[in-house]
Amino acid sequence: MLWDALLLQLGYNATLVAIGATLLGIAAGVTGTFLFLRKRALVSDAVSHATLPGVGLAFIIMVALGGDGRSLIGLLAGSALSATAGLMCLSWLTRRTRLAEDAAIGAVLSVFFGFGIVLLTVIQTMGSGRQAGLEGFLLGSTAGMLFSDAMIIAIGGALTLAIILLLRRPMTAVAFDPEFAAARGVPVHRVDLAMMGLVMAVTVVGLKIIGLILIVALLIIPPVTARFWSERSDRVVLLAGVFGGLSGYVGAAISASAPNLPTGPIIVLVGFAFFAVSLLLAPDRGVLAAVLRHMRFQRRVHLRQGLLALAQGQPIYERLTLRLLRRAGLARADGVATDDGRARAAKALRDERRWEIVRGDLAHEAAAALYDGLRDIETVLTRDQIAEIDRRIGGPQEVRV
Amino acid sequence: MTLELATTQGQTLADSGIAESPLAIRGLTVSYGQKPAVFSVDMTVQPGAMTAIIGPNGAGKSTLLKAALGIVKPLSGQVQVFGQSLERQRGRIAYVPQRASIDWDFPTRVIDVVLMGLHRELGLLRRIREGHRKRAMECLARVGMQDFAKRQIGQLSGGQQQRVFLARALAQAADIYLLDEPFAGVDAATEKAIISVLKSLRAEGKTVVVVHHDLATVADYFDNVFLINTRKIAEGPVAEAFTADTLQAAYGGRLATAQVDQLARVLG
Repeated sequence: MLWDALLLQLGYNATLVAIGATLLGIAAGVTGTFLFLRKRALVSDAVSHATLPGVGLAFIIMVALGGDGRSLIGLLAGSALSATAGLMCLSWLTRRTRLAEDAAIGAVLSVFFGFGIVLLTVIQTMGSGRQAGLEGFLLGSTAGMLFSDAMIIAIGGALTLAIILLLRRPMTAVAFDPEFAAARGVPVHRVDLAMMGLVMAVTVVGLKIIGLILIVALLIIPPVTARFWSERSDRVVLLAGVFGGLSGYVGAAISASAPNLPTGPIIVLVGFAFFAVSLLLAPDRGVLAAVLRHMRFQRRVHLRQGLLALAQGQPIYERLTLRLLRRAGLARADGVATDDGRARAAKALRDERRWEIVRGDLAHEAAAALYDGLRDIETVLTRDQIAEIDRRIGGPQEVRV
Repeated sequence: MTLELATTQGQTLADSGIAESPLAIRGLTVSYGQKPAVFSVDMTVQPGAMTAIIGPNGAGKSTLLKAALGIVKPLSGQVQVFGQSLERQRGRIAYVPQRASIDWDFPTRVIDVVLMGLHRELGLLRRIREGHRKRAMECLARVGMQDFAKRQIGQLSGGQQQRVFLARALAQAADIYLLDEPFAGVDAATEKAIISVLKSLRAEGKTVVVVHHDLATVADYFDNVFLINTRKIAEGPVAEAFTADTLQAAYGGRLATAQVDQLARVLG
């Protein structure tokens, strides 16, 4: 069943939903990356909740004008207008008052959402409102998706991506270093507004599939996932598009493969699955990699401490230290150093003295800054510098491993 | 009569006769809320020289720089760059902001940061070509960071990060370089590298303005000083404007005894 869904074999509606969700996922992931890099992820939550009153008002107006009220274009236009109003409130509150952005987000989000719920309740009591299905915009409803709905998503997504291609440089520059960007003549405030406009477009386009409550997940989870895999912003943007698109596609397929599986929430959970795997397994930034790195570091510390203990003839009690020394062929099971071990220990002890001098001498300030107790002194000083330090220490000149 | 009474504060830039200055500021006031950070300041930067902006913490040094660049909006005052408006001459100014204002976990490599200095030239859509990369690498080499090009910026030490920022400014091939506390919290090697780059810029006839906090090195590094404490205190060659009197006027009681002793030695 799932295979059929993944291969788009489950009928017309399922295919439309899968294509729409994929396109939406790509647009949301790419757009969300700039939001995430600018550290304004939560603004998207305020924007999405601010769409609700617009949906309600658009319905009421369309009915009042004698229409049927359920025209998707009309509802989306209304949601876009009220999201713009919400965004402007937010922008005004943060720029002109002392309110911090997080507090302003909380205020705007809850007030707009509350007003939207009131409107939805009023519409329920209207004669023509009972079958309006507006509550579907809260969590998305894909059951009756039409070809025209999919087209709206496709066109909206494509436009969003085109604008991002055009604005990627200023948006990256503003996210990384807004002051430098401003000094170079980039209109920072307008770039921020454009970014928010894109977020709004994705939100509005995504209302049908994901719904306004969960769209924030599709904007934020793919970029965060992508961040685990790359240290370059351009690649993070592309990867976020890939993760977003995959989440949309796989999520839509899963929800189509069994009855009564809600599309939007399943897409979000699939996105989370990608996130969880990345969190654990990503090279460098993943949890597993961090644990391994810590263990490797711990071993280096133990080995170093063990060598210094051998050099000074102190007994070694720590089991891990002994085991590491034995495995490296530097000590016997009873803790007595081998020939190799004695040579390495002498070198370690000499390095300690060299470091002591380096750290006490202002002329070596830059090198001393790299001291971590483990680093081989050859990696920070030249042979001549080491020879000079050795002259100051005195004793045998050449200690070799 | 009125002409004799007029101060420079009342004059416009055109008739004050210093229109050729790389950076000329007249009557600049910047305020955060109701408290002016910079009040009615005039500044005339000398071309081809190194100027230090000096003053106590909170004296408006960084604000002056940011207002000169249009990053913060002044309440009043004029800024002219080579006798023209900032907007028309923006391409000729390079800026090195304070290191502390950056998120160093941002996903970007050293070379990408330097390439950001070329954004203005690249515009919105032009592709980054080999020539651009080569130029970025040359700028990194000038600050001794060419071996770090592929590193993520968070892996660098504070001093190395500062040098990368300087390389980004160099990539702009500007005529004026404005640096905000480039020596704050950097190692001795970096300080040496930065000052030698700045001196080579001066040798090429470029103009350098630095917000500086280490009074002991002023005489070594700079030709001119600009002392500020919300208002302008003194401006001119180090020998004339950087004296015990002007420092007293700028810092008041805020100069620590240790600093005064140190300065007494420097100033003789």
